[in-house]
Amino acid sequence: MTTATDINTAYEAPPRTEVGVLGWLKHHLFGSWFDTILTILSLGLLYVVLVPSMRWAVTKANWRAITTNILILIHGPYPQTQNYRVFIAIGLLVVMGSVSLFIYRGENVRGRRTMTIIWAVSPFFIWYLLAGFKGSSFLPLIEYSKWGGLLLSFILAIFGILASFPIGVLLALGRQSDMPIIKWMSTVYIEVVRGVPFITVLFMAQVMLPLILPPDVRVAGMFRAMVATALFSAAYLAENVRGGLQAIPRGQYEAADALGLSTFQQMYFIIMPQALRTVIPPIVGQFIGLFKDTSLVAIVGLLDFLNVSQSILSQAGFLGAQKEVYLFAALVYFVFSFAMSSASIRLEKQLGVGQR
Amino acid sequence: MSEYIIECRGVKKWYGEFQALKGIDFNVKKGEVVVILGPSGSGKSTFIRTINRLEEHQAGEIFVNGIELNNDVRNIAEIRKEIGMVFQQFNLFPHLTVMDNITLAPIWVRKWDKPTAEAKAMELLERVQIPEQADKYPGQLSGGQQQRVAIARALAMEPEIMLFDEPTSALDPEMIKEVLDVMIVLAQTGMTILAVTHEMGFAKTVADRIVFFDYGLIVEENTPDNFFTNPRHDRTKLFLSQILH
Repeated sequence: MTTATDINTAYEAPPRTEVGVLGWLKHHLFGSWFDTILTILSLGLLYVVLVPSMRWAVTKANWRAITTNILILIHGPYPQTQNYRVFIAIGLLVVMGSVSLFIYRGENVRGRRTMTIIWAVSPFFIWYLLAGFKGSSFLPLIEYSKWGGLLLSFILAIFGILASFPIGVLLALGRQSDMPIIKWMSTVYIEVVRGVPFITVLFMAQVMLPLILPPDVRVAGMFRAMVATALFSAAYLAENVRGGLQAIPRGQYEAADALGLSTFQQMYFIIMPQALRTVIPPIVGQFIGLFKDTSLVAIVGLLDFLNVSQSILSQAGFLGAQKEVYLFAALVYFVFSFAMSSASIRLEKQLGVGQR
Repeated sequence: MSEYIIECRGVKKWYGEFQALKGIDFNVKKGEVVVILGPSGSGKSTFIRTINRLEEHQAGEIFVNGIELNNDVRNIAEIRKEIGMVFQQFNLFPHLTVMDNITLAPIWVRKWDKPTAEAKAMELLERVQIPEQADKYPGQLSGGQQQRVAIARALAMEPEIMLFDEPTSALDPEMIKEVLDVMIVLAQTGMTILAVTHEMGFAKTVADRIVFFDYGLIVEENTPDNFFTNPRHDRTKLFLSQILH
C-alpha cells in the first residue's frame, strides 16, 4: 500500500498539438479527413458567394437609392416638417434601452422599479408624441394613414407582442380550464385562428371590424391591422404557453395549494414564471415571425417598411435598383430579428434556464 | 368545541370506479403525533391528502379546528392556513431562493411584512440547521437539505398541524437521519403531526399512536409498543413480518 507522500502530485504539460491555436485547429477544423473536407468545402462556398457580392456592393451598387430615401424608409409619408417627433421617440427608446441594460443588471431595487414604471408609461407618451392633438400648433394631429415605413412596422410589431402576450396566456389557461365552456371556447379560438393564413385575418379585420363597431365609428386601417396582428399572434402564443404549462410537475400546484396560495397567486408566483421561462425560445421565435409578418399588411394598403421600400423602385432615378432595395430591406429585418434573438439568449442566461 | 383538532367520519373517496377510501373514522387530539403505516396502495397517502383538500373526499365529513372541509373555498383557505404539508418529492419552487420559498406564503397569505417574514424564515432555517443556505436555489442543495427547507417552509405559516407524506422516501440513506432529527424535535415541541412514513424508528420513539391502513380502511389502531410487539390483526402481523426482516 502506498502512502500519500509516495504519489507524484505534479502535473505534466499537455502535448503542444492539443492546446492553443494548434489544438483549436486540430479539434475544430481538421479533426479527421472528413472534417478537413467539410472545412475546405465550406470555405470554398463562402468564397464563391461572398466575394462577388461584396465586390458588387462596394463597386457597382447604387446605394443612393437608399440614402436619398432614408426618411421615407424610416417613417413613410409622415410629414417631414414634423418628423423630429419620430426621431425624439427613437432617441427616447435608445436612451431607455441603454439605461435599462445597467439598471436591470444592478441590485438597486428602487431604480429597477422606477425604470419599469417608465417603460409602462412610455408607450402612451410616445403615442401622443407621434399622433399629436387636434388643433394643436405645437403637436398638430398626424393622420394615421400617414404613418408608415419602419415606424409603422415597429408599431404593429410592438403592439402585437404586448397585446398578444396577455391574451395568449389567458387562452392557454382557458384551454387547460376545468370549466367546459371556457375550455371549449379557447380551444375553438386557438384552432380556428391557427387554421387560417395571416392574410385572411388581415382582410377579415378590414371587413369585419366595421360590422361589429357602430356605423359612425371609422377605424383607421392601422388599428385594424394592429388588432389582427395581436389576435393572430395570441393563438400561437397560447399553444407555446400551454407547452410550458405542461412541463410543470403536479407537485408545484400541490405545494402552492398546501401553503394556502390563491389560484391567482399560484399562477402568478409559481406556475407562470416557470412555464414561461421554459418556453422563451419558441415565444421569441414567434415574435420574430410576427415582426417579419407585419410586411404582409402591404396587402391591405398600409405603407409598412417593405411597402415603402418597394415604392422606391418606381421613382424615376432608381427604376432598376431592386438589388439594392431588397438587400437593404432584408438587412434591416435581419438586424432587428437578430437583436431580438440575442436579447432572448441573454434573458435565458440571466434567468438560468436549464440550471435551476 | 370538540376535543379533537381533526375529526373524520366515514370518509370515502373514489378514483373513477376504484374506491381508495372505504369509510375512515379517525380523530386526532391537539399535540398528538400519529404515524400512518400501510402497504402501498392502501389509501394512506390519499387519506392525509384529503385533510387539506389536495384530494376531495366524496362522502363523509372532515372537520379541522371545528371548520368543516366542504366546497366552500373560504373554509378550504382557512383550513390550509392551519395545515403545513411536507411531500415525498419536496416540491420546493425551483425558481425561487430558499428564502423566497419560505417567505412567499407568510407574506401573501398571512399578510406579514417582509422583514417579519424573513426574520421568521431565518429562525426556522437555524432550527433546521441550514441558515447559510438562505440565498441558494433549491437545485443547489442536497436532498436532505431540500427536505429541511420544505419543513421550514411549511412551519413558516405557523400551522397548528403538520402533515408528512413519506418525507424520507426519496432521500439517500445518509440523509434520512438529518430530516428525521428535525421531525423528532418538532414532535417533542408539541406540534400535532400526522405522518405517513416507513421509518419505524420514528414511529417507535415519538408516535403517540400508530394507525395501520389496508384496502382503504383502518385495519388497526394501537400504541407503538403494542403495535410492534403485540399486533391484534393478522394483516398487521403479515405487514410487520414483511418490513422487519
